[in-house]
Amino acid sequence: MNTKIDKAQVRRVAQLSRLELSHEEVAQFSTQLSAIVEYIEKLNELDTEGVEPLAHCLPVHNVFREDLPRPSLSNDAALANAPEREDEYFKVPKILDDNSGA
Amino acid sequence: MDLQYKIVVGLEIHVHLATKTKIFCGCELAYGDTANTHTCPVCLGMPGSLPVMNKKALEYSILTGLALNCKIAPFTKWDRKSYYYPDLPKNYQISQYDLPFSEHGFIEIPLEGGSTKKIRITRAHLEEDAGKNTHTLGNFSAVDLNRAGTPLLEIVTEPDMNSPAEVGALSRELQRIVRYLGVSEADMQKGHMRFEPNVNLHITRDGEVFKTPISEVKNLNSFRAIERSIAYEARRQYQEFLDTGKTLQMGNKRTYGWDDDNQMTVLQREKEESHDYRYFPDPDLVPVQVDNEWLGEIKSRLCELPFQMQQRFVADYDLSDYDAGVLTSDRTTAELFDKTVQLGAKAKRVCNLLTQTGLKLANEKGVAVDQLEITVESLADLAKMTDTGDISASAATTIFEIMAESGGDPKKIAEEKNLIQKSDSGEIEALVDQVIAENPKAVEDAKNNPKKAKKSTGFLMGQVMQKSKGQANPKIVSQILNKKLNA
Amino acid sequence: MDTVKQLREKIAAGAVKSVDAVSAIFDRIEKIEPKVGAYLSLHKEQAMKRAEQVDAKIAAGESVGVLAGVPVAIKDNMCTTFGTTTCASKILENFHAPYNAHVVERLQAADAVIVGKCNLDEFAMGSSTENSGLKQTLNPWNIEHVPGGSSGGSAAAVAAGLCSGALGSDTGGSIRQPASFCGVVGLKPTYGRVSRYGLVAYGSSLDQIGPLTQDVTDAALMLNVIAGHDERDSTSISETDAPVQDYLADLESPVEGLKIATVPQLNAGADAEVQKATQAALEVYKSLGAEIVEIEMPHFDYAISVYYVIATAEASSNLARYDGVHYGYRSPDANDYVEVYSKSRNEAFGTEVKRRIMLGTYALSSGYYDAYYLKALKVRNLIRQDFTKAFEQADCLMLPVSPTTAFKIGEKTDDPLQMYLADIYTIAVNLAGVPGISIPCGFDERNLPIGLQIISEPFSEDKLLRIARMYEKETDWHTKRPSF
Ligand SMILES: [Mg+2]
Ligand SMILES: [Zn+2]
Repeated sequence: MNTKIDKAQVRRVAQLSRLELSHEEVAQFSTQLSAIVEYIEKLNELDTEGVEPLAHCLPVHNVFREDLPRPSLSNDAALANAPEREDEYFKVPKILDDNSGA
Repeated sequence: MDLQYKIVVGLEIHVHLATKTKIFCGCELAYGDTANTHTCPVCLGMPGSLPVMNKKALEYSILTGLALNCKIAPFTKWDRKSYYYPDLPKNYQISQYDLPFSEHGFIEIPLEGGSTKKIRITRAHLEEDAGKNTHTLGNFSAVDLNRAGTPLLEIVTEPDMNSPAEVGALSRELQRIVRYLGVSEADMQKGHMRFEPNVNLHITRDGEVFKTPISEVKNLNSFRAIERSIAYEARRQYQEFLDTGKTLQMGNKRTYGWDDDNQMTVLQREKEESHDYRYFPDPDLVPVQVDNEWLGEIKSRLCELPFQMQQRFVADYDLSDYDAGVLTSDRTTAELFDKTVQLGAKAKRVCNLLTQTGLKLANEKGVAVDQLEITVESLADLAKMTDTGDISASAATTIFEIMAESGGDPKKIAEEKNLIQKSDSGEIEALVDQVIAENPKAVEDAKNNPKKAKKSTGFLMGQVMQKSKGQANPKIVSQILNKKLNA
Repeated sequence: MDTVKQLREKIAAGAVKSVDAVSAIFDRIEKIEPKVGAYLSLHKEQAMKRAEQVDAKIAAGESVGVLAGVPVAIKDNMCTTFGTTTCASKILENFHAPYNAHVVERLQAADAVIVGKCNLDEFAMGSSTENSGLKQTLNPWNIEHVPGGSSGGSAAAVAAGLCSGALGSDTGGSIRQPASFCGVVGLKPTYGRVSRYGLVAYGSSLDQIGPLTQDVTDAALMLNVIAGHDERDSTSISETDAPVQDYLADLESPVEGLKIATVPQLNAGADAEVQKATQAALEVYKSLGAEIVEIEMPHFDYAISVYYVIATAEASSNLARYDGVHYGYRSPDANDYVEVYSKSRNEAFGTEVKRRIMLGTYALSSGYYDAYYLKALKVRNLIRQDFTKAFEQADCLMLPVSPTTAFKIGEKTDDPLQMYLADIYTIAVNLAGVPGISIPCGFDERNLPIGLQIISEPFSEDKLLRIARMYEKETDWHTKRPSF
């Protein structure tokens, strides 16, 4: 069986993706993603030496907005879809480690 | 065994830019407002919302880059930095990865005794700030996204600082610069400016150099805390080295938090778990080209920088480095001072009026000195009057206070409050004669008793001033008095 | 059944009342929708109110918009302040958007009556609408077959006469392929022609909104309504760079000396019946004096690989926000905030969405970025160059839309790669950002519709529509409707 992407890799990627996959899913994705990635590697046939990567199809630059205030949402509108709220806040189970990366 | 060590510090600095609105949406920036009242679909990361770049935020960043002597890239772009955290609604931060808008600069910092040092700037890039998590709900945390999307300038220095004082100097200098440029309020208490030092030691033992593991120090909210945390880390790392001999290796960087109550650093995270941020160009934002015309236009907004001004004041106005430092701690004071002196007032006098009276009054009112009712011209006149002796130094203070309240011309005020000193020698001579007649004993001592001469002359001087109700010009009084005593 | 244009004219002339047209649609929906399952949500009350307002305007002699009183539908990945915006995902099942998408504002400004929001593959990820987390949509021509996807609901609704016209979104063929499977017209405009503001993102550098309609004229009419610059979308093209045209103005005038490029070696990959229909369509154009030039698209074969790297990479990031913290589904079993993410996402996302998030995350993760993502961006450039060269030699490129007609439900679900490979003819168009249209050009022996794909250079929708209209005038495929 093709295991270009073995279960350990699937678990690593699932962790990065914040997906708590079942054992079945891990096995299934290992097989399916391996097949897909295998196919994708057709790209290596091509010599792309000196080819510019194309992230945007449009040749557009310098799109800005002026520094002008626009109305914000009310606190209730902002929290209207919140699964859980406490007073004016979004509520989540306690955050332990400070993982922020700014 | 002979051991000596060198402290090595590099800084990562985050500065909030003082735009009206957030970096990618029209929500107004607000501090300490009710939670989640400054949000919209964009900064809430709602489905279907799209960011649009705030031009002012980029121009402020470029202006700062120029002031830090950085090369401004002709082409720059926006990347997504992926990590999951509740204060980051999209779970990616829009930032700049491989093509920051500026790189390779330096900042010259003042050190004790007027010497200076250049600290290299690695890069400066623009990104969005996250919201705030607070952990006040027992088993839950509360998320406020008012701050999410605040334009954040990240500045990274080379590890060029070698003492707490140098790090403190760079931090203060940077605050002065961004305030001069008007790109940030740079208030550390409000989190406008966040400093994260990377500290370690280079220890030399028997000619061999050992590098201790790097500590990144967080939650420093005053300059003093920055300096103390580095001094503390130096001691801690030195002791740790003696105890364990542990040295710098890949991935043994640790994160410490500064505990201000106990004046110590506390371990937050043992070794950086290797983040995989999966940077890639943000398809929702188009790249930026900075042409020379635009760059020149931004350059034209540069002002004389605080440290240059400070050095000029010392050189041209021969002020002490200390006085020049106080005057240039804030741009409006420095410029008010400069203009006043250029009108011919004596630098030292203007300096004293501003630093001893002006700044005090401005502080009480919570405004900048130039927002007091005092014009450059009236301040110059006031300084000159004091120097010529038309008014006493204490009168000058009184007049300054009146002008600060309700403006007005110092001469008129001096006359109204009759603070003009009498310089009419005839009038003063009469008073002197009177006093001499009334105090033969003191006159005798002043003339012939070397032991008591000084004291007695002072006494007579005081008597004359008293008779003039403090309005006689002391210079002239003592001239006449001495003439008569020596006659 | 009236087209958008016909109905609008009758309503504006007062010959038909909007309220009657709209309630007629809801009667038909009541009868037929249970068989097709095109809609995720219907908004009858609001629709009837809008219809009354339009009728009142007309009665008062006020001027009305170009879609006045016409019942239309939108794909449920476009934000509306009314009802929910679900993207056919459990994770957004109860999500109420606090704002309207740009296109929704445009529809309302044109006095259109939005009757409902259509089913799709979850987050527009799929080619059959089988990946909807909320509902199964069936092909109106044969309910054992898929309607195509991801805009399967919109295509089925138009084909079954459950609205006069609809909007879909196209990231790799999601408008053109279901249009061909359901025998209607589907237009994917040039990237940047229509604002994406309020379109829930799948592949941000590929997504584009476009119309699904009964004929080419309606496609032009609806493009007139939705096209144009929007300052809220940095990738929406400015009026100076590419001014919007009146796509109806010259629609009836054929393109003189039309040159059509074809890629024989590509067509060979399609089913015999699809090839036959494509060939027959080319013959029609020849009979109209068009010249056929056979060209090569050397990098076309790599489009699928490139697409499934770029689209999934962008998707993995675009869908990171669905985490159960600020909105959307939160797992009841989450004990700490990390589990709020990993449990909520795993429970609420469907398998295809998870698969694509995984693939995209993998392609961006350290050690693989250059080999997959960066490589894909470079080949994307080569593919765009293929199109640029093609349009130096011809006015347009004609291809099949899909190698097959609508396949059976469940036929391909267990082999994702096979499902992906079926996107071969549509995907490159999104990678290059050029406009493409699918128009009905026949039926296979099972009486399932076949579509012809026409592609032209960026911002030449006017020409593209005229070319399509030339064929439509000569044929009556577009008038065929399924019977119930
Ligand atoms: Mg940062
Ligand atoms: Zn906002």
